[in-house]
Amino acid sequence: MWELRAYIKPYWKFVLLGPLFMLGEVFFDLLQPRLAAHIVNFGVVERDFSVIEKTGILMAVVALLSLITGVGCNLFASRASQNFGADIREALFKKVQTFSFDNVDQLKSGSLITRMTSDVVQVQNLLQIALQGLVRAPSLLIGSVVMALLMNMRLGLILLGTLVALSLVLVVLIRFSSKLFAAVQTRLDAVNTRIQENVAGIRVIKAFVRSGYETKRFEAVNRDYTDISIQAARFIALNAPIVTFIMNGCLVAILLYGGQDLVTQGSVQVGELVAFINYVIQVLSSLLMVSGLLMNVSQANVSAKRIHEVLETKSKIEDAPSSKVEHEKATAMLPVQQVKLSGVAFSYNGSAAAGDLVLQDINLEARRGETIAIIGATGSGKSSLVQLIPRLYDVTSGSIQIDGRDIRDLPLTKLRRSIGMMLQESFLFTGTIGDNIAFGKPDASQADIEAAARIAQAHDFIEKLPDGYETQLGQKGVNISGGQKQRLSIARALLIKPPILIMDDSASALDLGTERKLREALTAIMKDTVTFIIAQRITSVAGAHRIVVLDAGRIAGSGTHEELLAACEVYQDIYRSQFGKEEVMAHAQKQQPISFS
Amino acid sequence: MPRNSNPSRSANGSPASGNQAPAPAANFDQMGFRQGHGPLLGGPGKVRSKNTAGTLRRIGSYLALQRQSLITVVLSTVITSGLALLGPYMIGKMVDNYVVPRHYDGFMRMGMLLLGVYLLGAIFTWIQQYSASSLSQNTVRDMRRDIMKHYQRLPVPFFDQKTHGELMSRATNDIANVSNTLNQTVVQLISGVLMLVGSIVMMFVLSGWMTLITILTVPLIAFITKRITKYTRHYFSQQQRHLGEVNSFVQEMISGLKVVKVFGREATSTEQFRDINEKLRAVSIKAQSLSGSMGPMMNTMRNITFVIIAVCGGLFAYHDLITIGVIVSFLNYSTQFSQPINQLANQYNLFQSAVAGAERVFEVLELEPEMYDDREEWLNRSLPIRGEVVFDRVTFGYKPDVPVLKQLSLEASPGQMIALVGPTGAGKTTVINLLTRFYEIGSGQIRIDGRDIQQFSKQELRQQIGLVLQDAYVFSGTIRENIRYGRLDATDQEVEAAARHANADTFIRRLPKGYDTDLSADGSNLSQGQKQLLTIARAVLANPAILILDEATSSVDTRTELHIQEAMKSLMKGRTSFVIAHRLSTIREADSILVVNGGEIIEQGSHEELLQLNGFYAGLVHNQWAAQEQTG
Repeated sequence: MWELRAYIKPYWKFVLLGPLFMLGEVFFDLLQPRLAAHIVNFGVVERDFSVIEKTGILMAVVALLSLITGVGCNLFASRASQNFGADIREALFKKVQTFSFDNVDQLKSGSLITRMTSDVVQVQNLLQIALQGLVRAPSLLIGSVVMALLMNMRLGLILLGTLVALSLVLVVLIRFSSKLFAAVQTRLDAVNTRIQENVAGIRVIKAFVRSGYETKRFEAVNRDYTDISIQAARFIALNAPIVTFIMNGCLVAILLYGGQDLVTQGSVQVGELVAFINYVIQVLSSLLMVSGLLMNVSQANVSAKRIHEVLETKSKIEDAPSSKVEHEKATAMLPVQQVKLSGVAFSYNGSAAAGDLVLQDINLEARRGETIAIIGATGSGKSSLVQLIPRLYDVTSGSIQIDGRDIRDLPLTKLRRSIGMMLQESFLFTGTIGDNIAFGKPDASQADIEAAARIAQAHDFIEKLPDGYETQLGQKGVNISGGQKQRLSIARALLIKPPILIMDDSASALDLGTERKLREALTAIMKDTVTFIIAQRITSVAGAHRIVVLDAGRIAGSGTHEELLAACEVYQDIYRSQFGKEEVMAHAQKQQPISFS
Repeated sequence: MPRNSNPSRSANGSPASGNQAPAPAANFDQMGFRQGHGPLLGGPGKVRSKNTAGTLRRIGSYLALQRQSLITVVLSTVITSGLALLGPYMIGKMVDNYVVPRHYDGFMRMGMLLLGVYLLGAIFTWIQQYSASSLSQNTVRDMRRDIMKHYQRLPVPFFDQKTHGELMSRATNDIANVSNTLNQTVVQLISGVLMLVGSIVMMFVLSGWMTLITILTVPLIAFITKRITKYTRHYFSQQQRHLGEVNSFVQEMISGLKVVKVFGREATSTEQFRDINEKLRAVSIKAQSLSGSMGPMMNTMRNITFVIIAVCGGLFAYHDLITIGVIVSFLNYSTQFSQPINQLANQYNLFQSAVAGAERVFEVLELEPEMYDDREEWLNRSLPIRGEVVFDRVTFGYKPDVPVLKQLSLEASPGQMIALVGPTGAGKTTVINLLTRFYEIGSGQIRIDGRDIQQFSKQELRQQIGLVLQDAYVFSGTIRENIRYGRLDATDQEVEAAARHANADTFIRRLPKGYDTDLSADGSNLSQGQKQLLTIARAVLANPAILILDEATSSVDTRTELHIQEAMKSLMKGRTSFVIAHRLSTIREADSILVVNGGEIIEQGSHEELLQLNGFYAGLVHNQWAAQEQTG
């Protein structure tokens, strides 16, 4: 929790006032038994009616003061904790927005979500608890002991001794239980993983008739989890009886010793004995509370660490130093004439060792109006290559330049806004289809949106939906097909009319006819852009100005379809795999079976 | 969280009752997750159940399975409550009979007796908590098991209609809710009522008038509790709603973070987030301030009761109507009965939300499962089927009035490779969905080896079919485990052989840990194409009579695919395979290509035959090249 102190700081006044008021409340609460003792001693035993009257009024006033201070404490604590939580949430969100793909891959998006949601709730609750309960319990405890000592030293010492013994017991209990809780969490994760996979992979499970197997597997983790939680719960179950019994034992001791020896000696009066009993009860209740709260504290501490970890993570992609971009407006697009990759090498972990490198010796140049196609085997580095251009990852060595400027010297937002990229996985947001297409340019007109959708071959199917462009997409856009999703994300990228267009196998779910129409429609746009296309089909790349053949992270060949067909072995292989031997022969004989303009 | 917000008074002030021990289950509850789905699933205390009686009966039937624990919990709760009531009474008596008259015969014995009562109280509290934990954990274990078993048996359409998050939360949050409630609420409800009634009875025994005066505060407490809860509930449901908004926004923005970055929309989304976060901030300060005041209020109520007892008790004692011991006992009882009222109000809300959660669980359990025939003779009958597949005038639609397949007929003889081509939405995948009986046909008949597939059990049928889907799903675990999923008793050699057939062996061996590489839940350390190769290996290992590849190589490069096809050829000798693909390279080798459009087969034949036919298929092939001429 200490790590997050910076976020508490703005609310230091509340953080100070809350506990202060709580101390007030505790003080007033502690007065009550004392006053009651007064009534018994002087009102009842000494038979003084006016004492009962006056003390009664005093008690009522004290109760009122206790209410005021208590409510005050809560108001301050609530302000502190809720503001603290909201600030952390915002800080986390901002931080995550700066993350590179690397950071996200490392922290895992699922974990990021929990950190930003339930972990924040945990620490926020902890602060609230800390400012109220964690202040109240110990001060009530200390206060009770002090009051008791003031009233009678010897009885007070009995109470104090008991408390020391008790705290030892509690420390041992908590130490053991936190270990158990950690185990419980791990096994709960296992249960949740199985549930998640059973839901997400249900078709595979059914197709392979593995329900029996899955049920058995689930029962195993379910049993493990249940066993450990019962174990933990039983251990915790020791807490209350032990604490209560020790305190009650103390009560009996005070009653016996105080009631007989001290009363006969005359050093203790009956009223004081009554007050004492009440103090013991108060101590007991605050003890039970503390032991409950400590459990919360250790849990929230874990959350605080997890939050801190996110906040401390440095983005691997840093924006260009401001000195170089001062005079530039980040929102305008770059007027791209040329994109050049020179001597680019890349590895995901940043190491330059040959075994880690995903890309090596990449030299490539593309001018406005040109289309560069990238083809190659699964895992040859095609996606990695294009992800370097918008700086989703940074090159390990070499450089990428746009119009002669290293992209690391360009404002990051400006760079990315100048690139229309279609990712392999098409993610859509909750909202209407129209909103999704306009994601990159929220102020786009309906006509612009429709135009982009037309080029992406999405307009027709959108129009057929009952609500057209107003159709709501659910979580992850569940209600439309994979091919339709791809077309929407293509439209999304086209709408911003970027000077650089990157399509990462983004038409793989489209049928041949639709893909052909898409390619036709794109021709006009590509005249003014630098375009990179990753594809598997020769037919999708054959029309490109240049085809780059990637093989194990290196360029195995580069040139037009004909050039490669004549000279590049890997390309010939790919061609053969798609058209069969006879046709390669046939094409060779006919010299040029297809005309390339 | 409302109930955690002010724990400062949640501890019970009475010496002998240990019911308030921190409930461990509360710590397991993933609060944020539950709140994250606030608007979808309703926060605690907000959603009321529809059929409380029925749901309670069903929870009861689960509890009945843990009869022993249940009885122990109830009995020990009754005993601890009784003992807790006895304590203050005895203290009062000791003050009256021994301390005030300074007459100490038997004082020590009485003290030991009191100690004995407390010891028993402690023992029974322990027994109670011990059994309560088994009771709740075992009960929810059974519920979790049942819901998972049931998920396994529900038909595929059910999963297609629900989001994963929704299905997940029934098996996790809703059940956690039930667990918490069983663990604390049940015990607290019982002991709360017992303590309330018991305290009043004991007080009556001691002094009728004092009791009447004391319980005057009860309506006041009840009234204030009700008023505050009414307001807090309002603000809390608002808070839940805003928190839900924040959480689902976070969820979506994190999942789509790559898109956000690619489009450079970070600033905008931060701005959007700030908006909803500020709304949440404002409303949660209100909610927390209000609900947090409940604690001081209750504390004041207790103080007022304390004052009333002290003053009135003093007056009564002054007039010798009661003894000092009675005042002592009353001061103790007063904490014992104001507490339960507060608690009961809180617990009631918790209880309600747990019932609503349980109801959602039971809703799932009530859904009609897929018909699985587990008859022994079917399971054990080895079926050397030849793999002749016939679709006989099959008509089907996902919605009854929108047919996707119309009178579709097709025939595949054993050993044939059949390719299905056609535009998106033509019904290709539907054919597969019907053959595997993920969905049941509307009319017509599907036969394998001349036998209606309705006569196979689904298990038996699916065991004959190897299915590889476009969306390559890998499970968490090692690569080896993932492939072995196809046949659980396969040896390591067999697993590796299957991987070689699927052309996955090479890339697996290049990984630092080879076949023992651990795949995280979504297999994010493999490319889409590599995942597809793994799922193909999985199907190869299963060694099915019929193999279905539904866009299974769409992300695999064509050369690798060619290698796979060659390997498959030998493997699939004498077996039937269905291939759905957009790529010509994938389908050109097929024995028979079926062109599906508008739910019907419009052309059928080999690649060459169809080219000569110069119809739809020839058009598709031609179009690919035509487009190139224009762009090139």
